[in-house]
Amino acid sequence: MNRLSKATLLMLVLALLFLLGPFVVIFVAGFSADETLRFPPQGYSLRWLAHVFTVEAFQRSLLTSLVVAFGSTLLALALGVPVAYALSRARLPGAEAVRLVLTLPLIVPGIIVGLALLNHGVLALNLPVTLSLLIGHTTLLIPYAVRVVSSSLANLRLDIDDAAVTLGATRLQAFFQVVLPNIRGGVAAAFVLAFITSFNQVPVSLFLTGPGVSTLPIEMMAYMETSYDPSIAALSTLLVLFTIALVAATEKLLGISKYV
Amino acid sequence: MSHLTLEQLNLAYGKAAAVRDLDLAIDQGQLVSLLGPSGCGKTTTMRAVAGLLPPVSGRIRLAGEDITTKPAHRRDIGLVFQSYALFPHLSARDNVAFGLKLRKRPAAEIERRVAAALASVGLQGFEARLPANLSGGQQQRVAVARAIVIEPRLLLLDEPLSNLDARLRVEMRAELRRIQRELGITMLYVTHDQEEALSLSDRIVVMREGRIEQDGTPEAVYHRPATAFVAAFMGYQNLLAWRDGALHAGDARVPLALPRHASHLAWRPEHVAVVDAGRGTLDGRVGARSYLGERIEFLVQTPLGAIKGSGALDSPWLEGTSVGVVLDPARAALIAEGGRA
Repeated sequence: MNRLSKATLLMLVLALLFLLGPFVVIFVAGFSADETLRFPPQGYSLRWLAHVFTVEAFQRSLLTSLVVAFGSTLLALALGVPVAYALSRARLPGAEAVRLVLTLPLIVPGIIVGLALLNHGVLALNLPVTLSLLIGHTTLLIPYAVRVVSSSLANLRLDIDDAAVTLGATRLQAFFQVVLPNIRGGVAAAFVLAFITSFNQVPVSLFLTGPGVSTLPIEMMAYMETSYDPSIAALSTLLVLFTIALVAATEKLLGISKYV
Repeated sequence: MSHLTLEQLNLAYGKAAAVRDLDLAIDQGQLVSLLGPSGCGKTTTMRAVAGLLPPVSGRIRLAGEDITTKPAHRRDIGLVFQSYALFPHLSARDNVAFGLKLRKRPAAEIERRVAAALASVGLQGFEARLPANLSGGQQQRVAVARAIVIEPRLLLLDEPLSNLDARLRVEMRAELRRIQRELGITMLYVTHDQEEALSLSDRIVVMREGRIEQDGTPEAVYHRPATAFVAAFMGYQNLLAWRDGALHAGDARVPLALPRHASHLAWRPEHVAVVDAGRGTLDGRVGARSYLGERIEFLVQTPLGAIKGSGALDSPWLEGTSVGVVLDPARAALIAEGGRA
């Protein structure tokens, strides 16, 4: 291996500092014993970590977040995997246009998606909040699902489904028995990515959450407006650890990093 | 009655016509090759027979049954893909068993038939391996076993040997012929390699731009090409137009008497003798001389254009010397065709 030049080394250190610095601050602050959030803390304890579990608003919104993240991820995969498959067969006219349109939610700010859903869904159609959250997040996640699954389909020779058909499989059987088992790493990667995206989503959720129904990130923002204690840092630490564990577990099981 | 019949078949990808008004009949137990350059419609034709491409018009009949609109998965037609198309997540054994499992055969029967199919392609001891851990030749054998184990009514092979190295290709060629004879299976074999087609086939169908140029035995296609295109594809590198008792090229005219009418004459380089100047049909100048092991090939610039001929290994002529070339009608393929050339 080449020796790193001093400039390169400096860039690396700075990049790591920017990436990990905030997390270190939060992580340390989460173990604070103080009454208010500050860095570095005066003393250390587990009291705020314990306190997180007693806040009823966190419990309720965590449940909502999990339900919405799980539900919208499954919906986005149910819609996105067939789309990615159809696009990969690519004899469709306008496949490129479809691909482009599907990436739009990645370009359009979440605030606009949220506002549109609020005006035309929740207000105009009187949709329940959880349902509109589900719809909003699903819209947001489909591009992730299509993108990630497409890249794993690109690694697969697609004459294997024709081969399955000549051996007596219907197109549907060919997809489930031959295509799907070979892209399961990509599907798992899409699942994890979509789940985390939904779980951490703020802009879309901001418009859609109403009285009594809120997601965890929104509830955390609301909490910070009223109380400035280290429990937010403690909760953030827990969420970061949860996310890392999720990614690490799927990476270990399925090797998903090659798809994202 | 023919086993497979294609009647007035028209095929297209989108708006681009790929095969036009194709008529073809194949008898039970025959091995017929579709031979032609890429883009001639041979693979397209095969995909239509397999049911993977719906025809624009025309009929496909198999064993008397009209299968034109029958779904691919109910046709019982085996297909060996150019890329083998093995299922990457299944072992060799499970790849071969795939079609039988879909047919819900009892486990004992599947095991017996899979073992028999793997044995008939000479692939024992690799049953548990994934395709990624098999060599190209072994993957090829799994692909063939997977297609024959369902006892298809017809076996299609799409350039199955093109991904193998030369030595393995010749070996697999003989293997395929043996399997075809042993099982008495009707095969439609797609290739662009004339040597492969000649050595394997009962019949060769040469295609060009979606139409049949010639349909005949390997001997007929090799020795009596019906068109200038087939002649060129079969290695007749010298093609000259003939009319009114003479060969023509531009303004040049060399008298040559023929026993019957022809539009073109074609010679293989090995059938045109290079001799001393003044002793052949016409004279020219040696443009290039290549040693080919058993003979020396000369490219001779003549008034009729460049002609490739051959001389013995002790031929003295070097580049730039004047020589004669012998264009013997008895050694030529006589081609009588309409406008096309």
